[in-house]
Amino acid sequence: MIKLTTPISESTIRSLKVGDEVLLTGTVFTGRDAVHKYLHDGGQLPPEVNLREGVLYHCGPVVIKDDQGRWKCVAAGPTTSIREEPYQWQVIRDLGLRGVIGKGGMGDKTLKACQEHGCVYLHAVGGAAQVLAECIRKVSGVYLMEEFGAPEAIWEFQVEDFPAVVTIDSHGGSLHRQIFAQSQAELAKHL
Amino acid sequence: MNLLHDSLLELIRRTSTEIPDDVHRAILASLENERKGTIAASAMKIIDQNIALAKTKSQPICQDTGSIIFYVECPVGFDQMTFTEAARAAVKQATAKGYLRQNSVDSLTGRNDGTNLGPGSPTLHFHQHASDAVSVKLILKGGGCENVGAQYSLPHTGLNANRDLDGCRKAILDAVVQAQGKGCGPGILGVCIGGDRATGYEHSKVQLLRLLDDRNPHPDLARLEQDIVETSNQLGIGPMGFGGKTTLLGCKIGVLNRLPASYFVSVSYMCWAYRRHGVTLRADGTIAGWLY
Repeated sequence: MIKLTTPISESTIRSLKVGDEVLLTGTVFTGRDAVHKYLHDGGQLPPEVNLREGVLYHCGPVVIKDDQGRWKCVAAGPTTSIREEPYQWQVIRDLGLRGVIGKGGMGDKTLKACQEHGCVYLHAVGGAAQVLAECIRKVSGVYLMEEFGAPEAIWEFQVEDFPAVVTIDSHGGSLHRQIFAQSQAELAKHL
Repeated sequence: MNLLHDSLLELIRRTSTEIPDDVHRAILASLENERKGTIAASAMKIIDQNIALAKTKSQPICQDTGSIIFYVECPVGFDQMTFTEAARAAVKQATAKGYLRQNSVDSLTGRNDGTNLGPGSPTLHFHQHASDAVSVKLILKGGGCENVGAQYSLPHTGLNANRDLDGCRKAILDAVVQAQGKGCGPGILGVCIGGDRATGYEHSKVQLLRLLDDRNPHPDLARLEQDIVETSNQLGIGPMGFGGKTTLLGCKIGVLNRLPASYFVSVSYMCWAYRRHGVTLRADGTIAGWLY
């Protein structure tokens, strides 16, 4: 297990390789379909959403207000990342991301952006909404809630030892590409 | 009305937070089966912890609490409108309590009113039967796995799939390869051979109501179901597409008649977070028993 803490330096990111298991601590911001399209269309983020050397999480959490009116995250696993493939390279470049957390992997444009700008794709276990919500110590903010609704809003989470696997690294490595090619070759033997 | 509402709320709570026993057994078996020290084994361990935690905390197994699909078996004369109202009220309350995510979006405006009520949400299927019993089954099916569902029209040149069971096999295995990683594996397939584009998908989802360890009464389909699982588990896709031994936990195949011109193979993929429960109800609306 490799411990990572935000903000993450480029050299730390460059030291990571496909297959590395990491535990992430620090600030992560959620952003999924609506946020990516908004950014692509030229939308501006509020100043509090600082993602330079930071981590973006493809996640639409279940968040409710507790008795004192504080936000409480009750479920927060990753959503499928490939839907953001048309936009992700640009977001990595413009916002200076060091990590994108999601599930299912991403394509060649994102892979190239990870190489060029020093970023990795961190695969969390899809569906593991409780284990991952346990790692969220605090909900420190929510942005664009009115515009996008709760699942699509930008949530600011303080996380501790959030588990993920590097499946796209900053050296052109992709576990997804590798497994896809292997499984297709294997399938051909069974047809 | 109130008793029925409370029963349906409890059905939703339990479906969102507790994995059914048949699926849990299959997940535990695959956890044992993955090679120790691999990222596939780590993923299965997290999945196992997640199932336990969701049950203990009575919180959603997965944050995507999915499409809300009720299947109601009822006697002649059953009041479907009253039932529908109770189901809608239960969905709204389950959402306020956090058993369901605010998950229903107006497709034109993008607005999410936070209630989970709207055209198509929840979906209810009523079936009359010659018995006084009322049973209600519920599936919560997340968007990640729904997005990797696929419908093939045979013959399919690219897959070299003809209008026979071997062609169906090729189509189903292609769906497994294409779904890798994205659908939160290990997955379970519901498949329909035949029907039209709408009924094919609908019937593929109905297969997901079957117990994982049941046996298809049709011998050819029973063999195909087993073959799809065994072959898929030799492809090295594994949990979450990380590589590994468990790609599928099950495959359930049903058949509908088709038109001479059509031959559809419809595949619905269910993620490991297989949220499906059911109850039988007494006349007063209280729960008589659990079905899974």
